[in-house]
Amino acid sequence: MSDLSRPTAVSMTTRPASKGAWFDPIFQFACLAAATLLLAALGGIVVSLAIGGWPALHKFGFSFFTSTTWNPVTEVYGAAGPIAGTLITSALALILALPVALGISVFLVEFCPKRLAQPIAIAVELLAGIPSIVYGMWGLFVLAPWFALHVQLPLMMNIPSGSIWEKVFYGVPNGANIFTASLILSIMILPYMAAVFRELFLTVPTQVRESAYGIGCTPFEVVRSVTVPYVRSGMVGVVMLGLGRALGETMAVTFIIGNAHGLPQSLFDSGSTLASTIANEFTEATGEMHTAALTALGLVLFVITFSVLAIARALLLRQRND
Amino acid sequence: MLFDRRARRRAANAVFVALCGLATLLALAALGLIMVSLLKQGFGGLNLTIFTKDTPAPGSLGGLRNAIVGSAAMCATAMVLAVIVGMLAGTWLAEYGGDTPYGHVVRFLNDVLLSAPSILVGLFVYELIVRPFHGFSGLAGGVALALIAAPVVTRTTEDILRLQPNALREAGVALGAARWVTIRKIIWRGAGGGLLTGGLLAFARISGETAPLLFTALNNQFFALDMTKPMASLPAVIFQYALSAYDDWRALAWAGALLIALTVLSINIIGRVIVARGNTRP
Repeated sequence: MSDLSRPTAVSMTTRPASKGAWFDPIFQFACLAAATLLLAALGGIVVSLAIGGWPALHKFGFSFFTSTTWNPVTEVYGAAGPIAGTLITSALALILALPVALGISVFLVEFCPKRLAQPIAIAVELLAGIPSIVYGMWGLFVLAPWFALHVQLPLMMNIPSGSIWEKVFYGVPNGANIFTASLILSIMILPYMAAVFRELFLTVPTQVRESAYGIGCTPFEVVRSVTVPYVRSGMVGVVMLGLGRALGETMAVTFIIGNAHGLPQSLFDSGSTLASTIANEFTEATGEMHTAALTALGLVLFVITFSVLAIARALLLRQRND
Repeated sequence: MLFDRRARRRAANAVFVALCGLATLLALAALGLIMVSLLKQGFGGLNLTIFTKDTPAPGSLGGLRNAIVGSAAMCATAMVLAVIVGMLAGTWLAEYGGDTPYGHVVRFLNDVLLSAPSILVGLFVYELIVRPFHGFSGLAGGVALALIAAPVVTRTTEDILRLQPNALREAGVALGAARWVTIRKIIWRGAGGGLLTGGLLAFARISGETAPLLFTALNNQFFALDMTKPMASLPAVIFQYALSAYDDWRALAWAGALLIALTVLSINIIGRVIVARGNTRP
C-alpha cells in the first residue's frame, strides 16, 4: 500500500474546540482498549494452556514428548503419537494441495478468460466456507467407503507379499486412516492457498511479464522464469499459511483419522492428531491428570501453529513491502 | 534443430496449460461432489418438523429446533461482542495507532489469532469461564465464538477504513466536527457496505464452528433459552448424531449439515455481492 492512501494524523492543537470534542480521548481509549483486548486474548490462550497443562508436563517431563503410551487407566500419558500424526497429516496435505493450488492460481491469472475468472475464483473460495464438520461427515460417509473399495482394497490385493509396499499400504480397509485424513485436509486448505497465490501473482508488474512475452517466451516460461521467482518469499509464506491451517484443523480430522493412539505404522493406518485427541477426549476426561495431559497437547499445538503462522505472516509481509 | 526446440517448448506449454486447467477442474469437482452428496443425503430430511420438534431419542420422531435456537442464540451473543470489539480495534488500527510499533504488534498478532486453531480458543474459554464457574453454558459458547469472530471483524474493518479517502477525514475536520464524530458519521457510514460484509463473513465463519463449542456450551437434548446452562448447537448435534449407530439420527445429522452448509454458502455469496456492488460504484 502506498503512503498516500494511509490516513495521516490530524493535528489536534490548532483546532478550535468543537461540539463533542470532550469525547474524543474517551473514544480513542475505547478503540485502544479493544485492540489490547485482542492481544490479551492471545496471551490468555498461552497462559491458560500453560497453567492447565503444567501438571502433566511436570509429572512426565521430557518423556511426554517422546512416549507413545496414552493410558487413562494407569494415568500415563505421552504425546508422541498425536504429534507425529499431526505433522504427518499436515505435511501430506501440503504435498497434495500445493501443486493444485499453484495450478488454479496460475490458470486464473494467466490463461482463464476474464469473464470466467471471477466466478471460478468465487467457487474455489466457497470451498473454504464449507464448515469443517461438513467435510468430516462427507469424508466419513462418502470419501472413506469409496476410497476403501476402489483404492485400498485393490492395492492390498495386488501387492506381492514381502515387498516394501506391503508395509506402506497396510491397514484395515475401512477408509478411515492417515491418508484419507490428509486428503480431506488438502481439500480444506486448497482454497486459502489458491487465493493468496493468486493475490501474489497479481502483484507482479505487467511490464515485467510483458517484456518476457516480448522476447518470445511461452506462457509456461513466463510463469517459470518470471512470475514464480518474483514472488518466491511470498510463496513460502503461503505454504506456511496452509500448513498452519492444516495443523489445527479439528473436526474433519476427528471424523476420519480413526482415532488410534500411538505412532501410525503405515500410510493407511489409523492415527490421531493433537486437535482430534482433544476434541474426542476432553469432555470425557476421567481425572485431573487426563485433563492436564489434553491441555498440554493444546500447548504443543499452540507452539507449533504459532511458530508456523508467525513465519508465514513475516514472509508475506516482506513480499508485500518489497 | 530450431524447429525441434520450438515444438518442444510449445508442447511443454500445452502440457502446463492443461495441468493448470485440470487443477481448477479438480477443485470445482470437489465442491460439486460435496454439494451433491449433501443434497442427496440431507434433502429428504429437510421438512417442517426439523424446525418445530426437538432432538429426539433414538427411534422416535424429532427435529433440530433446540439446536437451531441454541446456535442462533450463541452466534448472536458472539456477533454482538465481536462487532463491538472488532470494529473499535479495527478503527484504532486504521485511524489512530496503526503505524506505531504497538500497532504493528497488534496487527501481526491479530492475523495470528485469525488463523489460530479454534479448538485452542475452546480450551482457553474452558479455563477462563467454565472451570471457575463450575459449569458449561451457552454464554461460554458465545464468548468462544466471539473470540473467533472478532479478529475477522478487526481485519476487515481496518482494510475497509484504510480505503476511505483522506479527503473525507479532512472534510469532517473542516466542518469543525470532533474526530470521533467524523469517524462515526462520515468514515463508518461511507464504509458501511464493507463493514457489513466483514460482519457477514465473521458470522459465516462461526456458524459452522464445532470444536470450541464441545467443551464450552457442551450440548443439551432439550429446549433451553437459559444462556447460563448447557446449550445445544447445530454443529455439536451433528457431531454427536453423525457418529451414532442409529439411522434416523444420522439422517438428522445430514439434514443439519445441509442446513449449515446452505446458510454459510449463501451468507458468503451475499457478502461477495455487496462487495462487488461497492467496487463498481464510482
